[in-house]
Amino acid sequence: MQKQAIFQSKLLPYALVAPQLAIVLIFFYWPALQAVIQSFLLQDAFGLSTSFVWFDNYVELFKDPAYFAAIVRTFFFSFAIAVSSLSFALLLAVMADKPLRGSMLYRTLLIWPYAVAPPVVGVLWIFMLHPSLGVISRYLRAAGIDWNPLLDGNQAAGLIILAAAWKQISYNFLFFLAGLQAIPKSVFEAAAIDGARPMRRFWTVTFPLLSPTIFFLLVVNIVYAFFDTFGIIDTMTRGGPGTSTVTLVYKVYSDGLLGGNLGSSAAQSVILMIMVIVLTGVQFRFVERKVTY
Amino acid sequence: MVEDEGIRRYVAHFILWIGIAIVAFPVYIAIIASTQDNALIANGQMSLLPGGHFFEVYYQTIFVGTSGSTREPVGNMMLNSLVMALAIAIGKIAISIISAYAIVYFRFPFRMSIFWIIFITLMLPVEVRIYPTYKIVADLHMLDSYAGLSLPLIASATATLLFRQFFMTVPDELLEASRIDGAGPLRFFWDTLLPLSRTNMAALFVILFILGWNQYLWPLLITTRDDMQTIQVGIRKMITTTDALTEWPIVMATAVLAMLPPVFVVVAMQKLFVRGLVETEK
Repeated sequence: MQKQAIFQSKLLPYALVAPQLAIVLIFFYWPALQAVIQSFLLQDAFGLSTSFVWFDNYVELFKDPAYFAAIVRTFFFSFAIAVSSLSFALLLAVMADKPLRGSMLYRTLLIWPYAVAPPVVGVLWIFMLHPSLGVISRYLRAAGIDWNPLLDGNQAAGLIILAAAWKQISYNFLFFLAGLQAIPKSVFEAAAIDGARPMRRFWTVTFPLLSPTIFFLLVVNIVYAFFDTFGIIDTMTRGGPGTSTVTLVYKVYSDGLLGGNLGSSAAQSVILMIMVIVLTGVQFRFVERKVTY
Repeated sequence: MVEDEGIRRYVAHFILWIGIAIVAFPVYIAIIASTQDNALIANGQMSLLPGGHFFEVYYQTIFVGTSGSTREPVGNMMLNSLVMALAIAIGKIAISIISAYAIVYFRFPFRMSIFWIIFITLMLPVEVRIYPTYKIVADLHMLDSYAGLSLPLIASATATLLFRQFFMTVPDELLEASRIDGAGPLRFFWDTLLPLSRTNMAALFVILFILGWNQYLWPLLITTRDDMQTIQVGIRKMITTTDALTEWPIVMATAVLAMLPPVFVVVAMQKLFVRGLVETEK
């Protein structure tokens, strides 16, 4: 954790950590603490008096069917985004791992969507699949599908999942490719000599050896689906139609915009905080293992 | 590999090109739409080939903006995004590298507590503290300012960890040598450690610049004035709820302009980008 050769100074180290510490305390810890405190308080309608209500805000929240629905929806979105994006990216990475001509070009052409911002992703996809003017919608309608994601909640949810998974392909591809390239080629050769066909080799050799990468990416994708889909949702559906694309983060945002219940909004933030802590914990436990692996 | 017959290779090439097509198609459509006439698009009759309005649309987008919804030149939005992205990237690197230096090269009371205080911010992304942070920024009169856009996002546990890890691998002999030359801690940092960290800083900068440029939720909340909007916020405001008023060629030109700087960074600095991405995830 620390060097043997160090400097002696009483004040300098504090001066060096001061800027980061100041920002962290003012903009991270203080607001987080405010959220925790606020979540135990109830303010009257005029904001004149507040009273300590223990866990009432949380109890109210969990009794609210809309909140419960948002939890289920968020997990469903995360799962659907992670699985679809991971499987497609894995397919591409397995192909790109072969000794092909132009493999560097393929990599370049597949990784750039990482840089596209979530709100832009939302704009790109709603434009293609817009009910009245989208270029893909024409064909969907021609195929007899009653396509209108602005009115149909399930279609809207599908569209969000599709767009969010699209953005994440490049990230997953990059890490899968790195994971595949770390597997010694002799392992495949040994399996091939044993007579295993390519598909069988994939499931019995590649997939198990790739499992640390898969697990790591699964966690990253869930975190991504929890937080970074906000921009996609906000530009595509703004949570609608109705509340059919409202995720937990979107709900904190939109409930807060309406003003009103500070306690409930704070309780929602605290619940999100707990989820982040759990996810980060899982990620770090795993990363520790990866380092010694 | 072993029995790689030609057919398998063709299949691989084929699947990869399909992947590339899927990845590129939405962007192709955006570029095409940004060269066409709005009336045609609004009728659902957009052509899949480039139109003739390229210069006209981009001129209006960059220098004038939409005529209906925001009326803010996208050039100005890009400037705001650029300032914010640079402030976040440079700010994070600067404050992280000096705190990592203090933590690795000095022994002082509360050293580990400070390390943990920085580390735990990993678990406090802006999404879980939006409204209380908004209130603080408002109380400090930093709404609609570059400071308000960047400061609350500047702390970085990841960057601090990364520099800490890197400093641990720097041989102690370097410090001994510069000490013999009579260098103090600041001299050593500036003349020895900083030059050694150049590649790490560059890789980190690439990732942080992209993250900064792509910020959305925070700028959406704290900018109310149109002339302080970032491009990501601006593009959402261009999509009006009454569809008929949305000027799609301009929206799509804005999308293209919003993608251009970060995509350029990824493609042009691919090595640094990949390195930064892999290292920040460790």
